Amino acid sequence: MQDREIKDLEKALEQIWEVARGFGLDPFPTRFEIVPATVMYEIGSYALPGRYSHWTFGKAYHRMKTMYDFGLSKIYEVVINTNPSYGFLLETNSPVQNKMVMAHVLGHVDFFKNSVYFSKTNRRMVESVSTHSGRMTEYEFKYGRKSVERFLDAVLAIEEHIDPNFFIKRERPQAVEERRRRPAPVGRYDDIWQLGEKKEPEEIEEEKPPTDSLPEKDLIHYIMRNSPHLQPWQRDVMAMMHEEMEYFIPQMQTKIMNEGFASYWHARIMRELDLTDSEHMEFADLHSGVVSPHKGQLNPYYLGYKIFEDIERRWDNPTEEEREKFGRKQGEGRAKIFEVRELDNDVSFLRNYLTEELCEELDLFVYELVEDEEWTITEKRWQRVRDQLVANMTNFGFPYIEVADGDYNNNRELYLRHAYEGSELDGRYARKALEHVYTLWGRPVHLETIVDDERVVMHYDGQEHEED
Amino acid sequence: MSIQRNDWSLQRKGIIDQDRHKERVKEAIKKNLGSIVSNEAIILSDGKRTVKVPIRALDEYKFRFDYRKRKQVGQGDGKTRVGDVIAREGQHGQGQGGGSGQAGQDAGGEYYEAEVNIDEIAALIFEDLQLPFLEEKAKKAIQSKTTRFNEIRRTGVMANLDKRRMILENIKRNAREEGKARFGDVRKEDLRFKTWEETMRYESNAVVLALMDVSGSMGEFKKYIARSFFFWMVRFLRTKYDNVEIVFISHHTEAREVTEEQFFTQGESGGTVVSSAYQLALDVINARYRPQEWNIYPFHFSDGDNYYSDNEEAVRLADELIKTCNLFGYGEIGEEGSSSYRRSSGALLSIFNDRLKDKERFVGVRIDDKEDVYPALKQFFGKRNEL
Repeated sequence: MQDREIKDLEKALEQIWEVARGFGLDPFPTRFEIVPATVMYEIGSYALPGRYSHWTFGKAYHRMKTMYDFGLSKIYEVVINTNPSYGFLLETNSPVQNKMVMAHVLGHVDFFKNSVYFSKTNRRMVESVSTHSGRMTEYEFKYGRKSVERFLDAVLAIEEHIDPNFFIKRERPQAVEERRRRPAPVGRYDDIWQLGEKKEPEEIEEEKPPTDSLPEKDLIHYIMRNSPHLQPWQRDVMAMMHEEMEYFIPQMQTKIMNEGFASYWHARIMRELDLTDSEHMEFADLHSGVVSPHKGQLNPYYLGYKIFEDIERRWDNPTEEEREKFGRKQGEGRAKIFEVRELDNDVSFLRNYLTEELCEELDLFVYELVEDEEWTITEKRWQRVRDQLVANMTNFGFPYIEVADGDYNNNRELYLRHAYEGSELDGRYARKALEHVYTLWGRPVHLETIVDDERVVMHYDGQEHEED
Repeated sequence: MSIQRNDWSLQRKGIIDQDRHKERVKEAIKKNLGSIVSNEAIILSDGKRTVKVPIRALDEYKFRFDYRKRKQVGQGDGKTRVGDVIAREGQHGQGQGGGSGQAGQDAGGEYYEAEVNIDEIAALIFEDLQLPFLEEKAKKAIQSKTTRFNEIRRTGVMANLDKRRMILENIKRNAREEGKARFGDVRKEDLRFKTWEETMRYESNAVVLALMDVSGSMGEFKKYIARSFFFWMVRFLRTKYDNVEIVFISHHTEAREVTEEQFFTQGESGGTVVSSAYQLALDVINARYRPQEWNIYPFHFSDGDNYYSDNEEAVRLADELIKTCNLFGYGEIGEEGSSSYRRSSGALLSIFNDRLKDKERFVGVRIDDKEDVYPALKQFFGKRNEL
């Protein structure tokens, strides 16, 4: 890219920023970086620059890079939710592409800043993950790359299973509280006096895990605290990964909204810029590529975009009934959009604002596998469709699994329960994931779920799988 | 608000982790050699250098829903109706529920397919294989003369002038003498010539006699097993010998020499007379491959259902083959999936094991499963304690 083009882009950015502010958007200051494809795909596959090393990232990177090399897919934009925020532009983007991406990114950044789901987000996450990465490297150095890698494999198997409302402080169990209050050694070298004494074996070994917090949805946190066999460095790794997931979970909870919102705004902002006719054509083409239905599947950009437009319409021009019943006045569309972006997540967004008319217009349907052969449409009634969509978004699409007992059989065994809501687990994957949980817990692990309407408990004791 | 462009050329994290991934792939391959050895993609690769092989060990296991039992929401073109079939299982590329595009990709592809290089796999497989009884043959191998240019001298024939080096020497001398590195003013001392050396090379030849039972009882699976075995055997022998020839002999009650294609594809019917194949093999050896010059490896695959009356003769000829050859291999292929001990009374393997005179150069194995091919290879070409 020429320096002249960058100048032009800077000018455009100023304009886009002004337009966005004029519309009432309130994003963090945002820095844009122009990067080559390799860097774009690297950031895309790690989700944040500077994260720790693991082969799964390498695998994702390789896949994305290959898709790009073969021209199968292209990422236009990557945005980092920090303050200031970062947006990455692909160096091969055309000027119009870059303008659209910048407008789109500002939409995301406004969302990040103002949605309550991000209110507890660490806005210096890039620094945090790079500290984590440094610590992991240190552990690799100390304990061996393989042992760190194997441990990460195990934690990654349950990384999504944290409590999204983690920041709501729970009552600390008393024992922990007391341990905290124990006086620290007075002088700096006081603990030297204890050198001759025999050290108590690791306290935690003896201690039964507390039961007052059960059932516990946050597997990572629970295991980190109560596993009978983890080394301190391993607990630290789990704590780091927990922190990183706390950062990512709100994004998983608001994917449809976030993309819909950003698409809605890039469309509005681009309309205000003075583009030449050919630029307008290019933009129209790009925009329709982003917000277009993909045959058979759901495009989150499109779905979110349509719902936001529909909200605007319904609050700008409410029907007679809506005016009387809900006291809705005219012209409140934009205000309503901002309110929704502040208060909703994907689940509530769909439940509250996916209407019958939209379901029909978008031609949504429920489909399922019939007789192991054909994926068949089985439902078109709009409430059912909406409810199914909401059900599938619940817990961001992952099975809801919680710790039911950390001292099962009075033997420090871990008993997990899948809160069955109509969808069965993939048995083979569950068994393999249980093996990973065993790696973390170090004692037999159990998982209760439902198969063919019957209660089934899977067991794994480090050697064999059993089921009853 | 700003736009920046930085130098990212030192950013190599993705590439480094890509290497970690490759390492994992390699490890997984090593652990799964048993199933990879008999993988269709490789055996039928037809000269391709890389093939895709499914490797389950590389899945990222998580608790997830069984996508086949999950109701999902999709979007149509406005005209869909209940009962419409939107995809068939197997080609299902749809996303899982709304929004999770990535999960959708994973749901369709059940396992990770690693792109592997056949040569690399071969190197792994051959790592602990060796050619039994190779040495004594090598002594008798044919010698041949070859010429190699391997030295540079200051004198020589003009035709063998090494121009590159001459220019280099000239520039160096100019730099030394004039303090300026330039080309020109070539003197005799700048000239460099290539010279050669004649070496004696030992060429060794090997012939594989691939014998296969094509009687009615040899089904698709059994042929496939034989095929994957020969695929690796030939590859392996090529790494050890300069020249490997293969003779394909198929037999039922009669034996005949066939082309490779016929060998692997033709189905026949009828009973089994093993001795017919051994006799033909001996004839071929006598006519074309003198044991003094050739390393000879007859390998025979059958399901072991030989005519009872032929067993005597089969044993006698097998003994004779063993005398003339480096190693005689016999593989008995069972029914697919029946790993249990199934043997009819006439099964040849047990007869061979009982009655052959010289068992040192005989290897007999039983294969019931694709996974058995690798152990069988190891048994044929494994390190053995010299008796």
